Amino acid sequence: MKPWEIVIGIETHVQLATQAKIFSASSTAFGAGPNLQASAIDIALPGVLPVLNKTAVEFAIRFGLATGSDIAPRSVFARKNYFYPDLPKGYQISQYELPVVIGGQLAIQVGNQTRTVRLTRAHLEEDAGKSLHEISGHSLRGKSGIDLNRAGTPLLEIVSEPDMRSSAEAVAYARALHALVRWIGICDGNMQEGSFRCDANVSVRPLGQREFGTRREIKNLNSFRFLQQAIDYEVRWQIATLEDGGKIEQATVLFDADSGETRAMRSKEDAHDYRYFPDPDLLPLVIDRGWVDRIRAELPELPTVKRQRLVSDYGLSDYDAAVLTSSLEMATYFEGAVAMAGKPNAKICANWVMGELSARLNRDGREIDAAPLSASQLGGLVARIADGTISTPVARQVFDALCEDPAVSADEIINRRGLRQISDSDALEKIIDEVLTAHPAMVEEFRAGKEKAFNALVGQAMKASKGRANPHQINELLRRKLS
Amino acid sequence: MSLTLEQVRRVAHLARIEISDGEASSTLGQLNEIFALIEKMQTVETQGIEPMAHAQEMVQRLRDDQPETTDTGERRAVFQAIAPETSDGLYLVPKVIE
Amino acid sequence: MIDSSLHQLAEALARKTISSVELTQLYLDRIARHDRRLNAYITVDAAASLAQARLADRRLAQGEGGPLTGIPIAHKDIFCAAGWRTTCGSRMLENFVSPYDATVIRRFAEAGAVLLGKTNMDEFAMGSSNETSFFGPVRNPWDVSCVPGGSSGGSAAAVAARLAPAATGTDTGGSIRQPAALCNLTGLKPTYGLVSRWGMIAFASSLDQGGTLAPSAADCARLLNVMAGFDERDSTSLNRPTEDYCREIDTPQDDKPLAGLKIGLPKQFFGAGSDPQVMRLVDEAIVDYQRLGAEIVDTSLPNMDLSVAAYYVIAPAEASSNLARFDGVRYGYRASEYRDLNEMYSRSRAEGFGAEVKRRLLIGTYVLSHGYYDAYYLQAQRIRRLIANDFAEAFRHCDLLLGPTSPGTAFKLGAKAADPVQMYLSDIYTIAVNLAGLPGISLPCGFADGLPVGLQLIGNYFSEARLLNAAHRYQQVQPWHLRLPPAFAE
Ligand SMILES: [Mg+2]
Ligand SMILES: [Zn+2]
Repeated sequence: MKPWEIVIGIETHVQLATQAKIFSASSTAFGAGPNLQASAIDIALPGVLPVLNKTAVEFAIRFGLATGSDIAPRSVFARKNYFYPDLPKGYQISQYELPVVIGGQLAIQVGNQTRTVRLTRAHLEEDAGKSLHEISGHSLRGKSGIDLNRAGTPLLEIVSEPDMRSSAEAVAYARALHALVRWIGICDGNMQEGSFRCDANVSVRPLGQREFGTRREIKNLNSFRFLQQAIDYEVRWQIATLEDGGKIEQATVLFDADSGETRAMRSKEDAHDYRYFPDPDLLPLVIDRGWVDRIRAELPELPTVKRQRLVSDYGLSDYDAAVLTSSLEMATYFEGAVAMAGKPNAKICANWVMGELSARLNRDGREIDAAPLSASQLGGLVARIADGTISTPVARQVFDALCEDPAVSADEIINRRGLRQISDSDALEKIIDEVLTAHPAMVEEFRAGKEKAFNALVGQAMKASKGRANPHQINELLRRKLS
Repeated sequence: MSLTLEQVRRVAHLARIEISDGEASSTLGQLNEIFALIEKMQTVETQGIEPMAHAQEMVQRLRDDQPETTDTGERRAVFQAIAPETSDGLYLVPKVIE
Repeated sequence: MIDSSLHQLAEALARKTISSVELTQLYLDRIARHDRRLNAYITVDAAASLAQARLADRRLAQGEGGPLTGIPIAHKDIFCAAGWRTTCGSRMLENFVSPYDATVIRRFAEAGAVLLGKTNMDEFAMGSSNETSFFGPVRNPWDVSCVPGGSSGGSAAAVAARLAPAATGTDTGGSIRQPAALCNLTGLKPTYGLVSRWGMIAFASSLDQGGTLAPSAADCARLLNVMAGFDERDSTSLNRPTEDYCREIDTPQDDKPLAGLKIGLPKQFFGAGSDPQVMRLVDEAIVDYQRLGAEIVDTSLPNMDLSVAAYYVIAPAEASSNLARFDGVRYGYRASEYRDLNEMYSRSRAEGFGAEVKRRLLIGTYVLSHGYYDAYYLQAQRIRRLIANDFAEAFRHCDLLLGPTSPGTAFKLGAKAADPVQMYLSDIYTIAVNLAGLPGISLPCGFADGLPVGLQLIGNYFSEARLLNAAHRYQQVQPWHLRLPPAFAE
């Protein structure tokens, strides 16, 4: 069998984190009762008209700037016409021939390799409502119920080039995009609530063939895991179909998370004539350079820039820098800790953020913006580790204590509990003498040439000091005594 | 040019207008007369002419991102009083098949 | 009372010669007496109108009246009015009670006007004879066997028969001017963007514009002062300083009030296509304009012949999308029998829309569909540009353009109903104005075989005050507009 090459392009619908909808003043807040956030405009009463939300445009510009795209000085809203009950006007207001953001690229991380995925475009559009088959547990007797609260929520549809060659790359792209839109504050990233949804265009071709194979579009994948599973299933299905001598028909498919399979959508069968035309109710969107420059000036340092700076300024490894810039919250936390601990201690800060803190967040199922201790608390702790005030085992105790009390500092806990490391030689010698007296058997073993017994004696000494002894000094003093 | 019966049916389907065979053929005749009138456009050379989508050369005005207060149910009741079929605050339609 | 101008009515109300309740009742009585013969109104709600009139009387008593306080005004049933059935002449909206007010309705209410009723119209404003209304055709007060024109035919018939002192209309391809011409009224279609479209049910969004139907140009100016103005809810609304459209009319003039005004006669308006009697009256009006001091010059709109073709692509295209919201889900007509969602859509729309609307929805869907967009829709938009350029060129050396409003007088009911193309050609002189977005006015200029003839004046963008003044000065010397249809003069 010839090897196959997988080709994936992704379209992502990113809900923009505006307060009001894109063409009406209804709130975009999630979770209101059915149709309570559906105004005259959202339910498309006869005679209503759209007016564009400025912040939605600003968010699109932010995205364009963050991906090195061109911001179109003039773009046009078009109507995409089709009938669907969650589409109250019978058309979706979108952008077609002239989108607001053109081109650009996104760096993705696959394993320890960095790649670039090119972006085709990003355009503004409105979200549709939702069709439900049941409400608060009771069925709608074979009918569908339409809730238009989501109708009119601003979306930025970001279209990639077909640059990805595996489901792993597709997921890496989606993760990088997800991190970026949150980083620049244009999307809350909440995937359960549908704030970030991916459509994957998947095709396969014999390796070395230039033309693309026929693609199928998997709609509405709202988790990274589903994205991976759906692509993997689809690729296997396409390859098996082709190897059986079959043909791939262009289609829109849905992923069923329960069965792990994809299937063609019935409602899309005849929907391919959308009759796009410029929306006569909306005028050309004109964006002047001055506005773009103002937004550029307010943009936070972008993840790729920050990542390089973490390597060059703090001497972190590429891997550490990548992990620490995986979200703006993570990076902000890390830099907050470094600010407290001092720049030379950045590596220790990195270790604690990626080690102890991440493990605890994982355990508790929390994100870093809900960390149990603040960045300055952690930085204060790192400072005391670095200057030798406390040992690593004691530092863990202090860390636990800090997690219990957001108001207290590492220094306060060290002082209150008397956790300061013992570096005074007389005190340490006294501890060692007691240990040697208490464990003559170990001393015998060591003298008989068992190096393991030496470590056991160090352990006993540390224990006797309640972890406060300076392990270096203990080592040295013990060697001297036993020699 | 002239339309075919098949095109009339397809367009009627796209426009979601049920059309009987009899209607389709009488409509076909009328549409062809109208398109004969429209065809006059094809005699004009328009290369390089910028299409005119709006009556005024204006640009889009932008609204501040100011949400209105969320309805407590009164507005929904008014809106749904004129709806063909509702339940639990939802508009009801025959089952949607994705 | 029924031959009073709006200005005179306002004075009578201010002087308490008559109350708003009395005035409103007078018109309600006339409607009750005469409208059976005309069918000009779709909805009359005497109690609601009189309640507004009582409120107006209270305001008048406190001396806090606005420019139209207490004056009953009829509105085309295309404007949503809260609590009023708003049908757009369609079965689709037969029972649609609007939950909100159009900006036009709100502005009239704020000016103190009383909503007298909702007038009949061609279904979704698609028609030139008012025969496509689900609520039956409207008849012309000058000859009830004839059509009043359309699509604002109900408004035109109502005002012509003095079943209202004045009315609103909308004009997408001539729907104010043509019925004004056929009913001996003054009808103004303002510059696109001057009157808010919020709450005005869309037919073709880039062409639709609200305007006025009244006996005189002075009345229209008074109405426009209320109707026009920036509306932040309409992206296409023009944000300009407010102006007083009566200002030129109210300025005293000598016997050459239009001295210095250059009026162009586009040769395309004077070809062979029109009724010779209409052209004779237009020629007489040109002489009158010369007497008023205007300079008459020849001009040309070379692409005007293409306007009907371009219009019947652009307007149906926009309509096919605008009317997609009528799907039987959230409001409006829903078929009683269907097996599934698609059948619910296609039956509700097949039963809810009339033949002309369906015809245009099919045309519009077709010209936008895959493979035809460039040849039809884009080509029509390019021709639209050529037509707008023609006007711009003409306005480099003319202040106003003049011609007939309609190629003929009111025709018999049913005469063109079976022939869509003949019907479409009755708007041959009005459509180009909508494509360009310009203001146009039709004013009475005489009678041919007992039927009114309209004269059309077209101005450059925002020239409404001048346009209204030019119509007004003519009406001072040729008061055709004061004639009442004999059968409704009582
Ligand atoms: Mg898409
Ligand atoms: Zn989209």
